[in-house]
This record gives sequence, structure tokens and C-alpha cells, in this order.
Amino acid sequence: MIKLHEVRKSFGAQKVLEGLSLEVPTGKCLVLMGPSGSGKSVILKHIIGLLRPDAGSVEVMGQEVPKLKRRELAKLRHDMGYLFQHAALINWLNVFDNVALPLRESRDMAEPEIRERVTKVLELVLLADQDHKMPEQLSGGMQKRVGLARALVTEPKVILYDEPEAGLDPEMSANISAMIRKLQLELGTTSIAVTHSLNCALVIGDQLALFEQGRILVSGKPAEVLASGHPRVKEFLGA
Amino acid sequence: MNFIERTGARILAPTIQAAGFTVTVGLRTLGRLGHLGRRRRTVMDQMHLSGVKTLHVVLLVNFFIGMILALQLGYELAQYGQQQAIGFAVAIAMVREMAPMMTAVVLAASVASAMAAEIGTMRVQEEVTALEVMSVDLTSYLILPRVMALTIMAPLLTLLAAAVGILGGGMLADLQLGVDFSGYMLNAIDSLKDRWVWWLPVPKSLYAALIKSAVFGFTIAVVGCASGLQARHGARGVGDATRGAVRNSIILIIVLNFFLGKLIFAN
Repeated sequence: MIKLHEVRKSFGAQKVLEGLSLEVPTGKCLVLMGPSGSGKSVILKHIIGLLRPDAGSVEVMGQEVPKLKRRELAKLRHDMGYLFQHAALINWLNVFDNVALPLRESRDMAEPEIRERVTKVLELVLLADQDHKMPEQLSGGMQKRVGLARALVTEPKVILYDEPEAGLDPEMSANISAMIRKLQLELGTTSIAVTHSLNCALVIGDQLALFEQGRILVSGKPAEVLASGHPRVKEFLGA
Repeated sequence: MNFIERTGARILAPTIQAAGFTVTVGLRTLGRLGHLGRRRRTVMDQMHLSGVKTLHVVLLVNFFIGMILALQLGYELAQYGQQQAIGFAVAIAMVREMAPMMTAVVLAASVASAMAAEIGTMRVQEEVTALEVMSVDLTSYLILPRVMALTIMAPLLTLLAAAVGILGGGMLADLQLGVDFSGYMLNAIDSLKDRWVWWLPVPKSLYAALIKSAVFGFTIAVVGCASGLQARHGARGVGDATRGAVRNSIILIIVLNFFLGKLIFAN
């Protein structure tokens, strides 16, 4: 479903991805962990088509992302959701309108249908009674949940999570992780999550990969990775 | 590359790239004119923000510009006993040049900066990226309403600015220079009777003001939005984008003013 092969990317002299390869099967969730600034978010941006690799291939649902034309990429993105690290809600839209935005802009649905879908998704993230609030009236955790609702509202086949627990207290972080896992199992989406939280990784991940210096050092089922004995796993994850 | 070449490349390459991006934003906006119907509500909101909220500043500035013109021209004309011609000179100067340009400068300082800061903040806070990821057409959703709002509001503000400027000039001429106000106004109205072509019912000077200000409004909004979209690196990047938007808008207004004036009044 998501397949990266020998992907290389540099920003000036700085090499960020050095022959990265990974594969996420349909319906599974891969968690990427690694030091800050190592380029984990860059991987997500390649998958969603915001960045083009210098070399290598990025395949999502059988389509080679860097080779897609503008309209083809827009169409592919309709089947993809993206949860931003800081939610990235549109500041002048209330909760309901933020979640409804991708549906309204795609112009594939009538307004009553949009209202029904948005209400349903807001109920899923437990925010149905907050739909009139503006982003600045929400806590960090609520903003994250709105971001999650917006990522889910188009019923995507692929969801990318960029540090879903960042900036949240441990309780809220656990709630968000549990919510992501629940939705993951209910909707059967394929996903990649970038996180620094081992707790979050263990809750949402079917696979775990440790990423550093432009490549994946070790990957597998979470338990396998933790038991791998790799020196960086011990140092970074304390396992 | 030697030092001079390196310095040139470092300065010129980003400038040319930014100019090319701004032109692209302008052309894309024109290409989305068909989306105006579905963006009409946002256009109205932006007209309120960019037009109504700057009205008092535009009026105040142009009132004083009218008085300054009347004062300086009045002293000079009085030396030749021609102070009755103040109305003529102030009206022509206000309508053809000062009202469109000063209104545009006020809009550049207030609206272009606001657009650059707003879109720049959205850019650095990943809201623009979120729109891209959701396949939202950035030009249609973000840029078109702002550009069209200012393209519509700039001529309307300019008309009011010209009227207030002429009025300010008249008041000063009456109170300071002893020129009869009604005579001043008749003189001013007389000066604006020249037709561009016989079948157009509005004076050429007024058409010039409207065309100029519409072009200025379009340019200011495009520059403001394009600067915002190019913002990078946090608050400092937003500051740079805002400063660049104001600076570039004002430079373009002055350059365009010269060429448009030359084009319209060539004959």
C-alpha cells in the first residue's frame, strides 16, 4: 500500500534521506521513531507529495507519487489524511467548518450530506458539542482531535500522523493514542505515525522502525524491535 | 565564481525567483476568475476588511493632501494673481495623481502588510500546507477573494479620496487664501469635464483614476499574498514577508503610476 524504495533527499549539503526503503501493508500502522531533526517528517512529506525525492521511488496505493501530475496528486490526496504536529487548523473557521473544509472544497457532496458526515466524525473524536468553537478557544488536545476529525472526514485509505502526542500531557497523549488505535481498527486504514513517545508507538503501531541518519536502523513488530538488542534501540528507547 | 558573482547570485537569484512567483500568483488568480461566484461571501468579507476598515485613514490622508496642494499652489498662483485657478489645479492633481497614488500607498501599508502577515503566519504554522494536503486550491480559496476585494475597493476608495481631497483644498483656499468656495468648486468641476471619448459619460481624468486604482489594488493584493506564501522560518520570516510586501507594493505603485499615466494621457 505504501512503499518507499531507495529514497534519497538532500537540502543543500545536508543529506536527510540516504537510500531509505520501507513498506507498510494495507490496513497496518508503521510507527517511525528517531531523534529530533533526523528527517522523519520529511518521509511523510514525500508520501503526501509535498516533497519530491532526489532519487528513488515513493509508491502509495499503486501510484508513483513524484510522477503524478497536479490533478492526479490532488485526487490521490483525497484518499489520504494527514494529522499535523500542531493540528494546523484554519484560524478563521470554527471546529465544524474546519472539519467540513475538505468535503466542501472537493464539491462532491451536498451540504446536508456534509453536515451528517462531519457530525459523525466529530462524535467519533468526542467533540460533537464543541463544533461552534474557534480553534483558539480549544486546548491543545482538543485541537489535535479536531485535526484528527479533519483527517478522517474524507474516509481516507491512508493516514499520516506527525507526532500525534506532541505537546499533550500524558493523559491526553494516552487518550489520543487510544483513539487513533480504535479508529485504525474500525476503519482499517493504512498509516504511518511519526512519534517520540514509546507509549504511543506501542499503542498504535503494528510495526515499529527506528530511523536515524537517513535510513532505518531496525524495524519489525514492536516487541521484536525492543528485543533486538540493537545498541541504538537501547540508547534511544531505553529498551 | 568570484566574490562579485557569488554576491550577485545570492542577491539576484532570490529576487528574480520571488518576482517570478508573484507574477505566477497574479496570472493564476486571473485564471480563477470563474470561481468568483462560489467565493462571493469571502470576497465581501475581504472588501470589508480591506476597504471599509481603511476608509478613515484614506480620507484623512487625502483631505490633508488636498490642503497641502491648495496651500502650495495657492501661494505660487497668488504671485501672478491667479489664485482662482486653485480649484482647477487641485482637482486635476487630486483626481489624476494624488488620490489614486496616496490611496494605494495607504492600502499597501495597511492591507498588503496585513495580507502578507496573515498568509505568512498561516504558512509558518502549516495551515497553508494543510490546505495543500487537503487538495484545496490555494489560489481560489486564499488569493482570489483578497485580490478581487482590493481590486474592487481601491477605485471606490480613490473616488472618495479625490472628493475629500478637493474638498480639503477648497476649505483651505477659502479660509487661508481668500478664494470663494463656490467659485473654487465650479472651477474644480470645470477642470474634470474633458471626455476621453465622446460616448463615455465620465471625464477622462476620472477614468484614469479608476483604471489606475484598480490596477494598483490588484497589484497590492497579489504582492501581499505572494509575499505571505513565500514566508519561511517562523516569526522573523513573517516579518520579512510583511516588510517585503509593503516595500515592493509601493515601488510597483510608483512605477506603474508613471507608465499608466503615460499610456492614458499620451494624446
